[in-house]
Amino acid sequence: MSNLSKSKYRGFEADRSKYPVEEEGKPVIDLESHKFTKIWQGPQHPGVTGNMAVELIINGDEIVDAKAHMGYLHRSFEKLMERRRYIQCFPIVCRICVPEPDTNEYCVSAAMEDLAGITVPEKAMWLRTLNLEMSRVGSFLMWIGGQAGSLGMGAISQWTVGMRDYWLDLFEEMTGGRVYHMYMIPGGVRKNLPDGFKDRARRLIVKTRRLMQDIDNTFLSNAIIKSRLQGLGVISPEMVDEYGIVGPNARASGREYDIRMNNPYVCYDNLDIKMITATEGDAYARAQVRYRELNQSLDLVAQILDRIPEEGAIQAEMPNLLHWKIPQGQTYVKAESTRGEHGFYMVSDGSEKPRRVFARGASYTHAISVLEKLAVNVSVSDLAGLMVSLHTCPPEIER
Amino acid sequence: MEQLIRKIKGMVHLKAYRKQRDDLYFITVEKAQLEMILSHLKKNEGFTHLAFLQAVDFIEDSRFQLTYMLYNYETGVNLGVLVLIDRDKPEMNSIHKLWAHGWQYQRELHELYGIDFPGSPRVHESFVLEGWEEMPPMRRDFDTLEYSERTFFQRPGRSTNDPKEYMKEKMYKNYAASPRIRRDDE
Repeated sequence: MSNLSKSKYRGFEADRSKYPVEEEGKPVIDLESHKFTKIWQGPQHPGVTGNMAVELIINGDEIVDAKAHMGYLHRSFEKLMERRRYIQCFPIVCRICVPEPDTNEYCVSAAMEDLAGITVPEKAMWLRTLNLEMSRVGSFLMWIGGQAGSLGMGAISQWTVGMRDYWLDLFEEMTGGRVYHMYMIPGGVRKNLPDGFKDRARRLIVKTRRLMQDIDNTFLSNAIIKSRLQGLGVISPEMVDEYGIVGPNARASGREYDIRMNNPYVCYDNLDIKMITATEGDAYARAQVRYRELNQSLDLVAQILDRIPEEGAIQAEMPNLLHWKIPQGQTYVKAESTRGEHGFYMVSDGSEKPRRVFARGASYTHAISVLEKLAVNVSVSDLAGLMVSLHTCPPEIER
Repeated sequence: MEQLIRKIKGMVHLKAYRKQRDDLYFITVEKAQLEMILSHLKKNEGFTHLAFLQAVDFIEDSRFQLTYMLYNYETGVNLGVLVLIDRDKPEMNSIHKLWAHGWQYQRELHELYGIDFPGSPRVHESFVLEGWEEMPPMRRDFDTLEYSERTFFQRPGRSTNDPKEYMKEKMYKNYAASPRIRRDDE
């Protein structure tokens, strides 16, 4: 019953402790009794995030039981990487997350560098930080559009996805690619910043801030949005450890865990950055945390632009990457994506190809265990909002 | 961390120990003692976060390596607990009572590696491969090329080239005779 909304606008205020009958914590569902209906949300549905499906048992319009189904997007990235040379992994890994591919590139490069004992030059580190933070901005912008769209506010989706396009323009200048960049490679990055990039980036930050003010006025301060998101999908602090919840989902429940501060990587320890948390743990708190983190990411991009060294190498000295053998060993490298802890576990057997690469997607547990638990007692119409508020991303679940 | 390792050595038989970075350690323990050590690390040592559970196929030793990656929020240390299990009869104790999301990884490992976790909820349900009847595909001896040639067919009218031969023909036609510095292994 803990997931039941306390908002005055929402239904389901009745005492549900006696119905449906529960046995061992699970509701007893007899579809033949005609009291329940089974419906599928997805795999083709505007209200699911990406290609996944949720099998719902509903009573009226209240969800009594939910089961998440994967497998519509399996491309077997991990197996492919076992059959390829290290450098050939890069066109594969960026496909693991479409809105935010750079975290994958960073983790794979860093894992290879960790195993091979390569030190990356300082300027390349700063460029990586810039690239990672810009990708966070892009992904958050897309998320705001998704959350607003899932609650019926299509106009905001148009604004934010439009604004993300300007950020993709910057990516195109910086890396040559709009969506998939393959910018970070073992030993550093591929390119220097083009002329005038910093000024254009600064102008875009100002433009994005203006949009953020509009979003605050129309979305976060909107009474209807508040009434629908407050009390929806509450994650209690105890659940964070129990379910391995990470990222803004955990921070909205009061857990102070952000890898950029707890285990600083690239140049994050040189930046002025603060942990953003909330205590309510509901969908609205998560929206607020993400909104504030997006603002902070804009700050960080500005800080990084001021501090990137003008001179310096962007590549360490590397052996021929086509015949590169990495010494035997194993490592785990992680980074803070917009969805939380995104990590790569890499095992090398000393040959030219990795023995095993595992991508730990941040939303692996959010989209299955956590969603199945939180969806119970939620209205069918709120499920889309709940899924987006957990920021689930199917490609990183079934890598 | 050194203190913790000494403590663990006193508790269980530690087969191997390795420091990868300041914030990443690996220990290898016996299969029978795994549950005990995980439960101790979670309840008493602050390793409350299970980042993932995964398998690595060491086919040449006829072993699967299971990796339980734990994290301590207080100290910021990642600890990988490794355990080697028999590849021919892969079976492991379930950890779904320690972590509520443990069953997800176990279901995935059952499908992709064929490792059984008796007692784990929904472990025999399909995860991504509905109706799969072949050998678990993430095992090293699963031949992907043979499988795809047997299962799929070429659209008529299309031709394929061996990439190595094709590149030699199209791009490096004069390469062998070109006046360049030769590699030692040529």
